[in-house]
Amino acid sequence: MEACSAACSDGSSDLAPMATADSPSTDLVSTPVLERVLHEALRRGGDFAEVFVEDRSSSSVFLDNRKVEELSSGRDRGAGIRVMVGETTGFAHTADLSEAGLLSAAEAAAAVAREGGGGVREIALVKKSSERQRVATMPSTVSKSDKVGLLLRADDAARSAGGAIAQVSAGYGDGRRRILVANSDGLLADDDRVRTRFFITCVATGDSGMQTGSESLAYTLGYEMFDEHPVEEAAAKAARRAVTKLEARPAPSGVLPIVLKRGSGGFLFHEACGHGLEADHILKDSSVYTGRVGQMVASPGVTLVDDGTFGPNWGTLAIDDEGRPTQRNVLIQDGVLTDYMWDYVRARKKGRPSSGNGRRQSYEDLPMVRMTNTYLIAGEEDPDEILAQTPKGIYVAQLGGGQVNTATGDFVFGMTEAYLIEGGRITEPLRNANLIGNGPDVLSKIDAIGNDFEMSPGTCGKDGQNVAVGCGQPTMRVTGVTIGGTASA
Amino acid sequence: MPDLLGLARRVLEKAGADEDVEVYVSHGRETSIRVFEGEIEELTAAESAGVGVRVISEGRQGFSYVGALDESAAADALVEARDNARFATIDEHSGLASPDGVAAPALHLWREELISFPTDEKVALAVALERRVRAGDSRIRQVVSSDYVDGFGETAIATSRGIEVSSRQTGCYLFVHAVAGDGDDTQTGFGYSVGRAPAELDLEVAASDAVDRATRLLGAKKAKSARVTAVLDRRVTATLLGILAGTLSGEEVVKGRSLFAGRVGEMVGVSELTLVDDPTNPLAYGASEFDAEGLACRRNALISKGELTGFLYNTYAANLAGTSSTASAVRGGFRTTPGVGAQALALEPGVSDQSEIISQVGDGFLVQSITGVHSGVNRVSGDFSVGAEGLMIRGGELAEPVREVTIASTIQRMLQHVVAIGSDIEWLPGAATGVTLAIGDIALSGS
Repeated sequence: MEACSAACSDGSSDLAPMATADSPSTDLVSTPVLERVLHEALRRGGDFAEVFVEDRSSSSVFLDNRKVEELSSGRDRGAGIRVMVGETTGFAHTADLSEAGLLSAAEAAAAVAREGGGGVREIALVKKSSERQRVATMPSTVSKSDKVGLLLRADDAARSAGGAIAQVSAGYGDGRRRILVANSDGLLADDDRVRTRFFITCVATGDSGMQTGSESLAYTLGYEMFDEHPVEEAAAKAARRAVTKLEARPAPSGVLPIVLKRGSGGFLFHEACGHGLEADHILKDSSVYTGRVGQMVASPGVTLVDDGTFGPNWGTLAIDDEGRPTQRNVLIQDGVLTDYMWDYVRARKKGRPSSGNGRRQSYEDLPMVRMTNTYLIAGEEDPDEILAQTPKGIYVAQLGGGQVNTATGDFVFGMTEAYLIEGGRITEPLRNANLIGNGPDVLSKIDAIGNDFEMSPGTCGKDGQNVAVGCGQPTMRVTGVTIGGTASA
Repeated sequence: MPDLLGLARRVLEKAGADEDVEVYVSHGRETSIRVFEGEIEELTAAESAGVGVRVISEGRQGFSYVGALDESAAADALVEARDNARFATIDEHSGLASPDGVAAPALHLWREELISFPTDEKVALAVALERRVRAGDSRIRQVVSSDYVDGFGETAIATSRGIEVSSRQTGCYLFVHAVAGDGDDTQTGFGYSVGRAPAELDLEVAASDAVDRATRLLGAKKAKSARVTAVLDRRVTATLLGILAGTLSGEEVVKGRSLFAGRVGEMVGVSELTLVDDPTNPLAYGASEFDAEGLACRRNALISKGELTGFLYNTYAANLAGTSSTASAVRGGFRTTPGVGAQALALEPGVSDQSEIISQVGDGFLVQSITGVHSGVNRVSGDFSVGAEGLMIRGGELAEPVREVTIASTIQRMLQHVVAIGSDIEWLPGAATGVTLAIGDIALSGS
């Protein structure tokens, strides 16, 4: 079961900034040491060994009711080592980056190579260069008081939306991850990733009780992200959502058409079909999409792409966590399933290249097949026209988190900003409710695709590991989805 | 084993005279084995350790951590936390926990036999579990993963307020994910068993749970929308209690972000409803001797016979609310500051088991699992709407399976419409205990 969330509001963790020096990550562990560690990892046998080194630093600020409640910062360094013997993977990690520490982890990871006597293998690492992220303002060079000031400005902007706003909490986080990957195929690659994010939640109080509204900004950018994406705008959006919902009526219960506003529903497709196209699920026959390449799996006009190189979006990365450059992968082309997403292990099993989708939360985790930026590309219809031609339905302006069962395709999603459509017009706001559907079913019920487009950031959870992902889609209509409200439809 | 308390003390010695410092040190090891088709697919040996340092100076709090048990790196974290504190807002309510004289329960959460349990036997358990599930029913099409995981965790806390505590515990589980198929139809089921030592694991229960849960949903269809009595399976109830815990956090309450704010003394549920958070019960997997600020854990009554009696507090939330900590500080490891949370929530059990409740209910919907909880429940407004699958109940018997529906209500209404609480307590991983729970007037949305 994969659970993902559109709001990155968990406050701290995987993000980080810190040092300033633009040093290559190869200085984390020297190449000769890496070669010796890989050699040790394969000493007892095994077909493949890999060392993943990470140096992660992060800082965050949290503002609650105009109080700077917390400034936090932290640093983690360590290495994860895996050894593959046939279909078996051994994995161990250590926070000790000395040669002794790495050798000891290599030995632990190699414990799966029970047969022993793999023989001597010389490994010569060759450094691969890859496109580097360019950061205009390293968050670590921005003063802590400026970061606090940013949140105070957001708070002001939210409160200026009116007296109904009773509470505001806002958070800032930045993170820097320097990684280095070396493997027994001779690969040596490094990356330096900087991400910055902001989130805000407002609580509005009225006669009908309390309602919440939230918004987040998250990019694979440095502090310059706020030049283009002012926190004031995000704050105003969050405040408006909370205030609007004070007037909201319960969502209907039953099957209705939905119109998804551009950028609101990318996560729906991330859940509804993205996870089911991950090769680990495919190879274990635990996805509804197993064996369906070349078949129509969606309405004509639907093209789904996963692209780790797509601009400064939240899921962008130059190389994946196995050292492979990310790329643009077309998964569904005009309704036809064209390919799955692959990491090293699954690709190796099928004798094909990885698609650059091997990711891990940290050096403490094994990589697996993960999405990066997943989106449906725009069509040709006028978004206003799509709405006008919907006599009755639900207009979804913001989705919260969702969850999918890849084996059945059943998914569920929370609507955090939604309205009733009556006579082709948006009428009343609705209280939060979940919608539920089946991936293949929803894909075949897309009957209108707009010519607009927007991305949004999120956190994707799979097997206990969280990674940053982007999702996007144009305004579009699905002819029937079950709305889990309490009012009669 | 590293001397965690010793390290915490040495870092604490570097604290200044005019500041309060808390040093939290944790260390854990985990072995995780995943088996697929009779072979080891993944074997992971993981060791994690680190130090989190909180500094409060003139009412300002700062925090920093380092992912290593290294005295000089921890000392750097202290310096960084001190610097972070300079930028925080002065808050008269911030503060570390002070020893309050409550004696810690002696819980014995450590099992030496887990530490010496051989790897081969761990693998054998995961292999046996997979085999047992595949053999459990001819319709089991796949066992996606069969896992054995064990490990231990130890923590130490030393503060300038005089707290010096340490504790440790072991734990292990078996987990299996099965896919059942019949023609074009596919369903999934999970099974697990938890223990503090391998001998406490029940492989048969884990296997049969996965098989039954996957196969009994085969042929499931969307149901017609209706108002129903929902009978929540034990694990579903545990999830629901986890949501309730968020609304009973004293911090959320005092900040006006809980639907229960200002309602202590009111009847918020039926008179059969009694809810406690009791980490001193060693049967609960959330049991703990100390909370994450080093205070002795205690039993906290939250709802007594339907009446809201109190909330959970850590030191900061208690200071905000003008009360004392209930020793309900929780943290997600050394990388975070203490928050407020339940540790071992449990409903007082009733007298009937699940099958008796099903026959009492007569017509309704047995909810086997729910999805979308993090998006479908609003702890402020109480709106509740989640995806569900399970079996219809007709004439007091389980009837046709149902999928792709939602169930909706509000938390407030659900507590007032509890029809029955089961006698079938199940101790589960996490902070809440399972028990069958029947709730009336639920909106089921389907076709």
